[in-house]
Amino acid sequence: MLGRMNLYSNMPDFTPEELSHYNRHLILPEIGLIGQTKLKQSAVLVIGAGGLGCPALQYLAAAGVGHIGIVDGDVVDTSNLHRQVLYGMQDVGRPKVEAAAERLSALNPHIRISYWQEYLTSENALSIFSGFDLVLDGTDNFPTRYLVNDACVLSDKINVYGSIFRFEGQVAVFNALRADGSRGPNYRDLFPEPPAPDTVPNCAEAGVLGVLPGIIGSLQANEAIKLITAAGDALDGKLMLFDALSLTSRILKIRSKVPRIQINQLIDYELFCGIETKSEAIPQLAVKDFERRRLDGNAPMLWDVREPYEYEICNLGGLLIPIGEVAQRLAEIPRDKEVVVHCRTGVRSEKAILMLKEQHGYQNLVNLTGGILAYAKEVDSSMQQY
Amino acid sequence: MKLKVMAFGIARDILGSAEVDFDLPENSKVGDLKEHLLKQFPAFAGLRHLAVAVNCEYAEDEVIFNAMDEVVIIPPVSGG
Repeated sequence: MLGRMNLYSNMPDFTPEELSHYNRHLILPEIGLIGQTKLKQSAVLVIGAGGLGCPALQYLAAAGVGHIGIVDGDVVDTSNLHRQVLYGMQDVGRPKVEAAAERLSALNPHIRISYWQEYLTSENALSIFSGFDLVLDGTDNFPTRYLVNDACVLSDKINVYGSIFRFEGQVAVFNALRADGSRGPNYRDLFPEPPAPDTVPNCAEAGVLGVLPGIIGSLQANEAIKLITAAGDALDGKLMLFDALSLTSRILKIRSKVPRIQINQLIDYELFCGIETKSEAIPQLAVKDFERRRLDGNAPMLWDVREPYEYEICNLGGLLIPIGEVAQRLAEIPRDKEVVVHCRTGVRSEKAILMLKEQHGYQNLVNLTGGILAYAKEVDSSMQQY
Repeated sequence: MKLKVMAFGIARDILGSAEVDFDLPENSKVGDLKEHLLKQFPAFAGLRHLAVAVNCEYAEDEVIFNAMDEVVIIPPVSGG
């Protein structure tokens, strides 16, 4: 075996331990020694060591990807543990990249791991990307998704994309290199523009089934391994939609826009996604001030924009009108006196205020900053949190 | 003509259902459906760009529907 390997002059040697580690790959005709060598010679960068990043990293490391990079500025939180399987209780408070690198090194000592304990930005993206062949997008927000996409296009890297929402996931291979040297569609061919800020809740806002990122992140690792080893057909020009509740998936064909969307430089993605400046336009009320007014018998009218099942867990006694019912129930929201609006974290309520202001001319709505969570933290610690 | 429209993610929240049947005039285009959706469900405006697939293929606004076409609204999803 070793003797035969040396026939390939540009191939690295595998130690007996490595050959044993990768045995089940080596006996697959589609991977074999050549495929395993390609894995060893490859460098994959994983953006985000969260729900998607954890399973993807675990399988990429176990599979023997020779150099793995991890970018994440976050620390481990207990609320991560139901899905971010690289971490345990002992890691809470530690930088994710550090805990992940440690775990992955223990899993496979034959590979190299580099990490950046920072968030990906327009300033650092291209220089970090330059050391890798392939990028795996496991981020959790729209600005970074557009940044990863654009940086991949600018630096000619393939973007193995995955994203999740409650019980649903998406997977695609963007900017794939085709046999004729051209590049496949990218994220902007699907969504040229980001949605308005806070239209689409993230995992912290909307919740997510713990096993879902395990499935989607593993599919991303699967696509990355196929691309590196040239086994099978990658999801180039396709978008997979997965629904865990009905256990169905469908694969949609996608195309590049004609003419192609030009991406010439990295931009300010927070600004692009409209995230800056939004809060200052919306009047805010701190939970402590709200409570003081309530105790003074001067309580403002309170509108709760959450869903009924959330209201059942805990509430502040506000009028419950879920965001989806606002259009039909506008008459219940007065215009002639102050109305304080709240949700769980203060994000959806801002969104509701903005919608009513822009579409229906409301000028009397005030956001309860930080929502129920802030109230539980600063005013009433016995309040049930979720 | 009857169209079966399926929605995922945030689009399902806005539509209030995973699947809705729409009755549109003959020879309607994807763009007409989008206009119809925006009128009936103004919250779609927040997505800024409605991505639609017809019979499992991403469709631009000019694509003309055939009876019994299966339409999927592709939601933007950012979670990870």
